[in-house]
Amino acid sequence: MKPSEDGIIIKGSREGLLITLGPGAWHNALGALEARLTATPEFFKGARVALLVGSRKLVEADMRAARDLLAHHDVILWGISGDDEETQHVAALLGLDAQLSPRDQAEPRPRPTTTELPIEPPPPIETAGTGGPLESSAVDDHEAGLIARRTLRSGQQLRHPGSITVIGDVNPGAEIVAGGDIVVWGKLRGTVHAGAMGNETSVVCALDLAPMQLRIAQYIARSPEGRRRKSAPEVARVRDGKIVAESWEIK
Amino acid sequence: MPARVITVTSGKGGVGKTTTTANVGVALALLGKRVACMDADIGLRNLDVVLGLENRILYDVVDVIEGRCRLRQALIKDKRLSELYLLPASQKRDKSAVKPDDLIQLCNELRPEFDFVLIDSAAGIEEGFKTAVAPADEVIIVTNPEVSAVRDADRVVGLIEAAEKGPARLIVNRLKPGLVQRGDMLDTSDVLDILAIDLIGIVPEDESVLISTNRGNPAALEEKSEAGKSFRNIARRLTGEDVPFESFKNQGGLFGRLSRMLRRDGRAA
Repeated sequence: MKPSEDGIIIKGSREGLLITLGPGAWHNALGALEARLTATPEFFKGARVALLVGSRKLVEADMRAARDLLAHHDVILWGISGDDEETQHVAALLGLDAQLSPRDQAEPRPRPTTTELPIEPPPPIETAGTGGPLESSAVDDHEAGLIARRTLRSGQQLRHPGSITVIGDVNPGAEIVAGGDIVVWGKLRGTVHAGAMGNETSVVCALDLAPMQLRIAQYIARSPEGRRRKSAPEVARVRDGKIVAESWEIK
Repeated sequence: MPARVITVTSGKGGVGKTTTTANVGVALALLGKRVACMDADIGLRNLDVVLGLENRILYDVVDVIEGRCRLRQALIKDKRLSELYLLPASQKRDKSAVKPDDLIQLCNELRPEFDFVLIDSAAGIEEGFKTAVAPADEVIIVTNPEVSAVRDADRVVGLIEAAEKGPARLIVNRLKPGLVQRGDMLDTSDVLDILAIDLIGIVPEDESVLISTNRGNPAALEEKSEAGKSFRNIARRLTGEDVPFESFKNQGGLFGRLSRMLRRDGRAA
């Protein structure tokens, strides 16, 4: 994957998104970040983010600017990680995570210890080269995805720039936001958003598709209320400007 | 054999954590086990009331942790069962008075003396919950067959799993068989369908629990109480005995069956 023009690289981790900022002056880097936030607000809304700043020397005002910028887009800044010791110190003073632990760096590890949402294997994934929200190539079909081999329970969240596969159930109150497709090998009853960066060709499929709310790109649908249907594998996709669910048939 | 430390928690309040802790504690003691019930709901002390031991409190868990007394002095021996002890919560302090490490230390002191240490957790998922779960070897989640309680229980199961305290086991409390049969209440299978954890007990709604709780005389002591029987069965399952789950059919008889048939036909039509 080649780096995008603005030099920004977004990865998924268990703790949230890891965003590597491009080189250059801080306000330029933040400007590029803002462009990303504005381009795909749906993907970032409600996310937790750590900024990887490399060897930059940052002062408190720089970090506050970043935090305010992210907060303005409803994104929580949880950490700033860099090589410079003084920068780490300032980040720690602001209550930010300055030393991202190995598991936050999304390195493959055999088994998570204590984390809100253990996922295996952790995804060393990048979404470089994602341009605007309307580019159909916003998410590369061949890009590896994230696999969560467990049931997502109420309050748990998965967010990844690529596709997400859950082997297990997605319970009411759980949320999945993916840049690409969402596949649930189990019962889907939580809230899901596929193609959150604007890809209308994304699909959501589940062995039992009964989500609280289902979004694909900018479209929103709810499961029909009150009707108890037989559970059968279904695929939801956008057709003629509407989200439709179709039964899964092998052709 | 050192004690098994079991934390009873729920997420949602009012589902019967304290009642469960008291009754399972009593039922285990009835089986001859040495049991310590600890109230970790600091500031909202009530396990002592349910056990009817309120008037015997001299020291509480915070006194032990802050060194004002020895553990032995704070443990209250039950008035009915010689193997049952209570470690009461402090009523004057709040959750910040006890840290997870304090409780771990305390449980380590209790372990050699008992077969079971039952910890009554605070509701919620904040400090009180985290502290109560810290020393746990096992966790029991109490829920009611209603959507909001199950949703909260699901959140708690997720946190327990993440903290690697699991696998948590489930008690479905206050089940109303009549409502379930009419299709107006979640059935145990509906609850398990969402939570997907092992079931360790189903306790029916039973007025005798309310009465016995108010009197400080846990229902598990009453031979005839249906809920008491369920709590005794839970205790037996905790000791490893294979006890089949009860099926509650208080809507039986000709009338109940007729009305169910009529309803079913009505729905099919």
